[in-house]
Amino acid sequence: MNFDENMLRSVIEEVLKEMGAASTAPAAKAAPAVSTLQAGEMSLADTGEAAKGVAPDEVVIGLAPAFGVYQHETIIHQPHSKVLREIIAGIEEEGMKWRLIRVFRTSDVSFIAHDAAEYSGSGIGIGIQSKGTTVIHQKDLPPLSNLELFSQAPLIEMDTFRQIGKNAAKYAKGEAPTPVPVRNDQMARPTYQAIAALLHIKETEHCDRDKKPQAVTVSFK
Amino acid sequence: MKSKRFEALAARPVNQDGYVQEWPEVGLIAMNSPFDPKPSIKIENGRVVEMDGKRRADFDMLDTFIADHAIRLDNAEKAMSIDSLEIARKIVDINVSRDEILDITLSVTPAKLTEIVGKLTIVEIMMGMTKMRARLMPANQCHVTNVKDNPVQIAADAAEAAVRGFAEMETTVGIARYAPFNAMALFVGAQAGRPGIMTQCALEEATELQLGMRGFTTYAETISVYGTEPVFMDGDDTPYSKAFLASCYASRGLKMRFTSGTGSEVQMGYAEGKSMLYLEARCLAVTKGAGVQGTQNGSVSCVGVPAGVPGGIRAIAAENLIAMLLDLESTTSNDQTFTHSDLRRVARSVPQLFSGTDYICSGYSATPNYDNMFAGSNWDADDYDDWNIIQRDMRIDGGLQPVKEDDVIKARNKAARALQGMFRELGLPPITDEEVEAATYARGSEDMPDRNVNEDLKAIEDMMARKVTGVDFVKALDRAGFPDVAQNIYNMLRQKVAGDYLHTASIFDKDFHVYSGVNAPNDYHGPMTGYQLSEERWEQIKNIPNAIRPEDI
Repeated sequence: MNFDENMLRSVIEEVLKEMGAASTAPAAKAAPAVSTLQAGEMSLADTGEAAKGVAPDEVVIGLAPAFGVYQHETIIHQPHSKVLREIIAGIEEEGMKWRLIRVFRTSDVSFIAHDAAEYSGSGIGIGIQSKGTTVIHQKDLPPLSNLELFSQAPLIEMDTFRQIGKNAAKYAKGEAPTPVPVRNDQMARPTYQAIAALLHIKETEHCDRDKKPQAVTVSFK
Repeated sequence: MKSKRFEALAARPVNQDGYVQEWPEVGLIAMNSPFDPKPSIKIENGRVVEMDGKRRADFDMLDTFIADHAIRLDNAEKAMSIDSLEIARKIVDINVSRDEILDITLSVTPAKLTEIVGKLTIVEIMMGMTKMRARLMPANQCHVTNVKDNPVQIAADAAEAAVRGFAEMETTVGIARYAPFNAMALFVGAQAGRPGIMTQCALEEATELQLGMRGFTTYAETISVYGTEPVFMDGDDTPYSKAFLASCYASRGLKMRFTSGTGSEVQMGYAEGKSMLYLEARCLAVTKGAGVQGTQNGSVSCVGVPAGVPGGIRAIAAENLIAMLLDLESTTSNDQTFTHSDLRRVARSVPQLFSGTDYICSGYSATPNYDNMFAGSNWDADDYDDWNIIQRDMRIDGGLQPVKEDDVIKARNKAARALQGMFRELGLPPITDEEVEAATYARGSEDMPDRNVNEDLKAIEDMMARKVTGVDFVKALDRAGFPDVAQNIYNMLRQKVAGDYLHTASIFDKDFHVYSGVNAPNDYHGPMTGYQLSEERWEQIKNIPNAIRPEDI
């Protein structure tokens, strides 16, 4: 998958446009995201502050601020609706429950995953950024550690997302699953790093340091 | 009609890289941004009340930390009043000594440092590096990782890298819970290959410190600092918490350096509209202010960002020079992949390799890049001969030397067997003879049998709960019939008590003597001064095994 200059340009221009808009209306006062937004094959709705779970059979999925709302696909154009569906399917296959929250205080995937783990009754959470970077976390680990980290977003395909869901569910059951095999491509950075920076700038613009995690409902079409 | 020449050019590797144009407003500019602050300082009653155009009341936490801890105030007003162009000229003037330059550059602000190096061409930056590097002789560092986190392969690769000349080695993990095995394997493999190599394991910071304190590692490098407040806060950190972490290492006799680099703030979405180089100058001032001896900088893992904008690779060299102008050990990146083009990746390394830095790469991948778990290095194991022959072509010391296949095989085998014995003595999952054999001859993890990952992870948890430390490695190796490797591990642990290697830019020779900026300072002041290749070292570098001897014809 290649990004040509025109495409990069258009992304940058969009970022700049949004940044320009942000500078005229300070971020803190920006209107909250519309509560229900269409995201192609799914719709996500914020339903107020998320509660901390007590059910030991749940895995909480923490979405980054722009996931499925302002951005709709990962860095390799995997639709967010399919990504989420795969993760959820992986959890359900293991007979576990799932719950969605959206984290606003940060766009850092480790902290998003850790927040999700803290809100999860089982103590296991998954954090996912719009560009696709994903972490499986456990609430007793330091935030910047993890159970499993999928740091190279351009290498995460649909079957990996399902395996991530399955493994998270297994951890929640107290099992010790074999970690999803790590993939590595040394040419991912030269091809994707500049675009990753732009996507992340766009994600980070929607952070709100003072906003607690919100409960999110999803319906797939 | 399409031009056939343009078609051929479009297919070249260089055109698979991502490039972007400058956009100074979002900080997508390498250096010399119109939005960078103008240098200034005002001091009242021994306290900075204005820095780089900002009044103290408007300081963010980085400004406060820098103003209070990073700048020598006695000389600051005088140093700041010297024209930046004049200082830039002093840097390339062989008649002005390194110490005279430091008197000025340790007394100025981040915006001033940025302005000074902004006056230099890439060749002048290289002249500056030659003079300003802290240690007399250059050295090199490597990455030793693999995609399977296979400890036997790590030990063998470390031993080979030791024979090839690296002074420091770094590992990290694919699966975080594998960290203790990776760290042990690196430690044992390095000491089996050549005594006196420092080793580290890049991890989440608390775990990294714990492994250091328990004697699994002998130094640390991945303590990240950033050039804007929001990026710091994103990691739940401040300059003060990083300084505290630095002192934790120092108090346990562990060498450590901070890391930072151009592009990280843009990458994380909070560049505040400043150039990458200015933000990096702030990082380096924070590093200096924390009292840390050195830095790994040169964009590092964010290299794709400056490399995508005009002048970005010059900015990377400039940020290395700023580190040296602050009298910091400079560990100059040249690690992460940023291009598909072999021509571009060599050109990117020319400034540091030809000038010589304290550690030219941080690190050079001691495995093929498919096993490099830092997402690929600019140089890898398949480039070993290229590196050696470039050293020979240019008569430079890039820290490596040509080796004989037999020596490498012997070293790899010994390291794998030593780790096998140590695992047995420590009651860890067995390393089979088949694994030892595979590791001895492997190019990478594709040649290694799979281990039982779950069994390893369980054993690691148990080992950590048993409070196993480096001292247990020494005992186990001795019992396993590797008293020399045990002795080397013991000597490295003992260095933490002596503490000499906490000085700026330290390395060990094979007899555990420390060379640093203190006892082996760089005294370059023009041709035929500073580090000169000894005859013995030149013999080592120039004698590649595949050169035809005239007397044989």
